[in-house]
Amino acid sequence: MLIAAVLLLQATVATPPPGEEPIAPYMQADANAGAKPFANDQLWQAFHGSAGVSRIVNDLVARNQKDPRISDIFRNQDMVRLRRTLKEQFCYILGGGCTYTGRDMKTAHKDMGIQQADMVALVENLQAAMRAEHVVFAAQNRFLAKLAPMHRDVVER
Amino acid sequence: MSRSALVAALALLFAAQPASAGDRRWGGKLLLTNGVTSVEGAAGGGLATWAVIAGNETRDGVGGKVNATLVALPDFDLESFGAAIGVNDRLELSYTHQSFDTRAAGAALGLGRGFTFQQDIYGAKLRVIGDAVWDQDSWLPQIAVGVQHKRANRGAIIRAVGGRHDRGTDFYVAATKVLLSRSLVLNATVRATKANQFGLLGFGGDRHDHYRPQFEGSAGIMLSPRFVLGAEARTKPSNLNFACEQTAVDAFAAWALARNVSLTAAYVDLGDIATVRRQRGAFLSIQGSL
Ligand code: HEM
Repeated sequence: MLIAAVLLLQATVATPPPGEEPIAPYMQADANAGAKPFANDQLWQAFHGSAGVSRIVNDLVARNQKDPRISDIFRNQDMVRLRRTLKEQFCYILGGGCTYTGRDMKTAHKDMGIQQADMVALVENLQAAMRAEHVVFAAQNRFLAKLAPMHRDVVER
Repeated sequence: MSRSALVAALALLFAAQPASAGDRRWGGKLLLTNGVTSVEGAAGGGLATWAVIAGNETRDGVGGKVNATLVALPDFDLESFGAAIGVNDRLELSYTHQSFDTRAAGAALGLGRGFTFQQDIYGAKLRVIGDAVWDQDSWLPQIAVGVQHKRANRGAIIRAVGGRHDRGTDFYVAATKVLLSRSLVLNATVRATKANQFGLLGFGGDRHDHYRPQFEGSAGIMLSPRFVLGAEARTKPSNLNFACEQTAVDAFAAWALARNVSLTAAYVDLGDIATVRRQRGAFLSIQGSL
């Protein structure tokens, strides 16, 4: 039973989940999410749980791909993986109890030349997506307060 | 004089754009996080000068703003027009022209009906440390230091009422923090000044003629990305024997109409002005920014 579980874990690391491209190996840890999670699931509920976060992330990624300010940065990247890891990351931070399996923010955004203004474009798109999901504004801000410091790892120049 | 300075400031602003536009995006601040325009022309609240830098640009660019402000009081009107440049979200240079119309009160004060006091204010502000918006994992506010050099035009009247100088320079330290997790914007500023009624009645007086620290505080709550409600208080020296000055307070609403345009409306209480009591009225300001 235990051996089967270990084998399964190794298998998922070796071959990417369906629809995703392989990437260089990295150390997996919740700390990669870049923020400590909220202590309870109040925010997770305010974001309408897994269904709500799923809609927000899909909407966010779609808005980023359409946004002329930053769409170039998302071209030819693995959007299937991005949606999955973003959902995990949001769930983990919002107190939804998920495990984050993605890379840390510095590694994930390395060499993209992301500027402060790109970060703002992304936050504005996230605000729009959260608004479309009717997340209360105060709850949006509590989440953004967790994401804002990540500018130090995301913004390169 | 005032108009040419304004034009020069704008020319500088637009001249600065193309040089850097090739490899960077336009804009880059969240709505209203650059504040609105304070009475003296610096980025801030309505009464208080904040630590934020004017304009929409980040560390990667040069931005700026222009503004028009009207304070309509029972017995006086204060109009001001100004422009400011924000360089790399680090340095702010501002110019404002104020004119203070005494309307009918001018006649009662023996100045003549519609007698107008004017003042030019040249400001420079340097962000020293901290980021009010992005460093949400730290309590450290954004801190800026600044100077405002003010030149009032009615030297003779100023001296007649006990004022000592028609020019003066204020020095200040401002700290601003957006507490995103609480949807709050907070600011505290300490200003060393001799100004009488912001400088319109000159600097220093027959009661006091030395720098004394004054306090400016603002607190606002963000209700949406486009809308902030808040209140402010600002102490002022009372240097002249002929008329006392009180703490000014306001309650304001700031609304970002669009990315480049914001509107501020406030109820403001400036206390007594030149012996005319209870000057409470409306503060309206429109700002365009790049
Ligand atoms: C707080 C802000 C941000 C957060 C929380 C965030 C989160 C993430 C996460 C979780 C991943 C996936 C990591 C992985 O694949 O292991 C990722 C990848 C990515 N991010 Fe961000 N991001 C932020 C800001 C930005 C900005 C400002 C941009 C560009 C405008 C951007 C563009 C990308 C792109 C293109 C990828 C895909 C990388 C790849 O597939 O190799 N991100 N981000």
